[in-house]
Amino acid sequence: MTQPTVSVQGPRTPLAEFWFYFRQNRGAVMGLGYVVFIVLMAILADVLAPHSPTEQFRDFILTPPAFAEGGQAQFLLGTDGVGRDILSRLMHGARLSLLIGLVIVMVSMIMGICFGLLAGYFGGIVDTTIMRLSDILQSLPALLLAIAIVAVLGPSIVNSGLALSLVYLPHYIRLTRASTLAEKNRDYVISSRVAGANPLRLMFITILPNCLAPLIVQGTLGFSNAILDMAALGFLGLGAQPPSPEWGTMLSTAREFIQSAWWVVTFPGLMILTTVLAFNLMGDGLRDALDPKLKQ
Amino acid sequence: MSLLSVKNLSVTFGTGDNPFRAVDRVSYDVDAGEVLGIVGESGSGKSVSSLALMGLIDFPGKVFADQLDFEGQKLLEMKDKARRKITGDDIAMIFQDPMTALNPCFTVGNQIMEAIAVHQGGSKKERKAKAIELLRQVGIPAPEERINVYPHQLSGGMSQRVMIAMAVACDPKLLIADEPTTALDVTIQAQIIDLLLELQREKNMGLILITHDLALVSEAADRVVVMYAGQVVETGPAEELFRNPQHPYTEALLKSLPESAAGKARLDALPGVVPGANDRPQGCLLNPRCPYVEDKCRQSEPELIATTGRHAVRCFKPLTQEDAA
Amino acid sequence: MTASEKNIVLQGSELKQHYEVSQGPFKPKGVVKALDGVDFKVEAGKTLAVVGESGCGKSTLARQLTMIETPTAGRIEFNGKNLLTLTGEDKKEARERIQIIFQNPYGSLNPRKKIGQILEEPLVINSEMNPASRKERALYLLEKVGLKHEHYDRYPHMFSGGQRQRIAIARGLMMNPKVVVADEPVSALDVSVQAQVLNLMMDIQKEFGLAYIFISHDLSVVEHIADEVMVMYLGRVVEQGPTHEIFSQPKHPYTRALLSSTPRINPEQRIEKIRLPGELPSPMNPPLGCAFHGRCQYANDRCKHATPELVEDDKGTLIRCFGYDEGRLDYLNE
Repeated sequence: MTQPTVSVQGPRTPLAEFWFYFRQNRGAVMGLGYVVFIVLMAILADVLAPHSPTEQFRDFILTPPAFAEGGQAQFLLGTDGVGRDILSRLMHGARLSLLIGLVIVMVSMIMGICFGLLAGYFGGIVDTTIMRLSDILQSLPALLLAIAIVAVLGPSIVNSGLALSLVYLPHYIRLTRASTLAEKNRDYVISSRVAGANPLRLMFITILPNCLAPLIVQGTLGFSNAILDMAALGFLGLGAQPPSPEWGTMLSTAREFIQSAWWVVTFPGLMILTTVLAFNLMGDGLRDALDPKLKQ
Repeated sequence: MSLLSVKNLSVTFGTGDNPFRAVDRVSYDVDAGEVLGIVGESGSGKSVSSLALMGLIDFPGKVFADQLDFEGQKLLEMKDKARRKITGDDIAMIFQDPMTALNPCFTVGNQIMEAIAVHQGGSKKERKAKAIELLRQVGIPAPEERINVYPHQLSGGMSQRVMIAMAVACDPKLLIADEPTTALDVTIQAQIIDLLLELQREKNMGLILITHDLALVSEAADRVVVMYAGQVVETGPAEELFRNPQHPYTEALLKSLPESAAGKARLDALPGVVPGANDRPQGCLLNPRCPYVEDKCRQSEPELIATTGRHAVRCFKPLTQEDAA
Repeated sequence: MTASEKNIVLQGSELKQHYEVSQGPFKPKGVVKALDGVDFKVEAGKTLAVVGESGCGKSTLARQLTMIETPTAGRIEFNGKNLLTLTGEDKKEARERIQIIFQNPYGSLNPRKKIGQILEEPLVINSEMNPASRKERALYLLEKVGLKHEHYDRYPHMFSGGQRQRIAIARGLMMNPKVVVADEPVSALDVSVQAQVLNLMMDIQKEFGLAYIFISHDLSVVEHIADEVMVMYLGRVVEQGPTHEIFSQPKHPYTRALLSSTPRINPEQRIEKIRLPGELPSPMNPPLGCAFHGRCQYANDRCKHATPELVEDDKGTLIRCFGYDEGRLDYLNE
């Protein structure tokens, strides 16, 4: 009689367990929903966008949004200073921003994991060297450092991405190293050593999966940071160059219309705000869902 | 009148129609100057029942009892503050891991003096003198110097002595020791148990000794309560209970000890494990593991029934001496 | 060479493990002698128990035997070959034949891997077996330790402590070991489960002819499972001999104190209580002379200044005690 409940209870896969905890945080689920929405929008930008992001409608410069007075139905969110459709640019901009965020997080996370594992696993002089270098990186203000790097390499989307990856690196190194130190002396690692596993296998196959939870959380939060900082670099003219539709760049070129045409500034700003918020909410939910497992 | 009297104490966790009963209608009493041993495996509810006693069960746990009296005062009907006064002054508790039970930021003396200050007060000088006296009582060498050390400078055995000093600082009438020696080495365990029993006799305290170690209980306790899956399955005077266990679970536990298997190649292991939160069987909780199981055991649940003297068993067919032989 | 000597699979001689410890920037480095000259032999199908309190060096010994740590000095011979000088294939082979089971079944299984992956890891690393035969072996051993085939795809957190210890035992058996070092394998388990796991370990020993190095602080378990016992105190063996001899007539005062401190259910088995005063001295600065003299009621001047050697008695027990040599341990004369 009790048997069925037992067999249902027993083999709950980690994924199911994760979803069970994640679901309890309503903000996180909303964040996830919004992120999925943005991602879909970015992927389907070509299909969804009513116009090309770079096509200039010279007759419709600074048209207000469709719902405002004097708006045009064909430009739902209005047009900018050279007559480009803002909605289309936001959709295509999502592509660029998400891609940049993803690349930056991936690059800094992969590098951070490698360095962090090396530092934590081998300790001694390797550890000291890596950690002091990362301390130096961390001691400079993030955006300032990124600006300096871009200034040397020249303003472009690739260079600013590189610069930001480097700036975020220390966070991932520290996190990975701390978890590696904690896991390194657990019995299951030692038993793999007894089985004859070499350091590479120990680091990446045995230890790493157990350090991933905090890294995933940090990655999600870092994603929003990356989008924000990229927008800041774009705003300063160091990131994406016009006419590519990047959210930060859109904001910066719209500066002159702040007082005359509110929609040109508001919508890119709102996009950045909501996307960053969604990622942060999702990150919080991930932390809640992944942490209880760590504590076991 | 006994010092502590517990009747039908239950602790449940979780909500809904079927909350998990961590402790299920547990009854026992302790007299002044008596050592009561509570034994059980992990998940038997032995620790939870004593936490409930101290009022340390937090939400979402719920505590019910028909009676929870300390020296005739009804603890359950009291206001929180009055109850804390009693549990603080007259009931003290020692935990399993002495290394984490002491605050690492303060010196040992500081923490003992704090305990004295809360319950008895007195000037700083008096409290310090009392703290040194307490450390001497629990057998810590050179207490005048040790009073200024931090917990991390002490070994496990010494830390447990300090915990005991803090526990007896305000002369409690009842001391609850929850696995006080599990984290310690054998020779240190012997020292600590001796110390506890000595203090208990000296101060005529009631002592509840909670442990999983049957042999330890058999040596130290006057009376024993055996718990299984939240219920008391057998209770009685220590010597009699261990000589003639009447519940199949007690018998099986004793048989599974290596000590009882002298000369045998295999141990008589009880098959299966203690049922968890979601897989408690119907009827007697032991029925899937019990060698004497009958149809009746699978359908209805036995009550705890007194057999001889102070011996009581929760079983339809208590074992007699002939069965055990 | 006698018949029994032929069967010796693992033998250690003069094993030492010294650690240098920094005591502060301007002080000389201290030396902790975690293990200070330990000799032992174990035969196939037999169990050698290592007994002692925390800090006596028993876990260090386990780490040396499984090649997690390299001894500062001494020899470890596996099937007649010195483990410490082996290289390449021979070393790998020896490593496969000596396996370890840990105390805490909650920490010894990788929480992110399925049972199947955990069991097959040694094979993946050390052999070129194909996945199908790896799985076959894993399932075979799961069955041997009393678990079901469906457990192959589950994660460790779905199992109870006793089941996890069974999984750990199965993993230890994957490479067909000759020696299993068991570091307190049942002390984290409940009494009834402990009996199940001990039975399993003995069944497996018989079936596969394993030699066990059984490390434990629980003397009643040791008495049951061991053929030979080695009692250690502060990095040294103080008494070593056949289980029956050690338990029926402990000769070293420390062994006697350990035995009398172990609680017993049966009142007839309780021996007169000897309470050791004080605690294990710090291994950083062990006392001069016999390491035990500070806690020993039989200690005299000689014990405080000179270090006793292991002496063999007529029944094959080794004792490290001046009191025994001089015949002044009164309990032996009763």
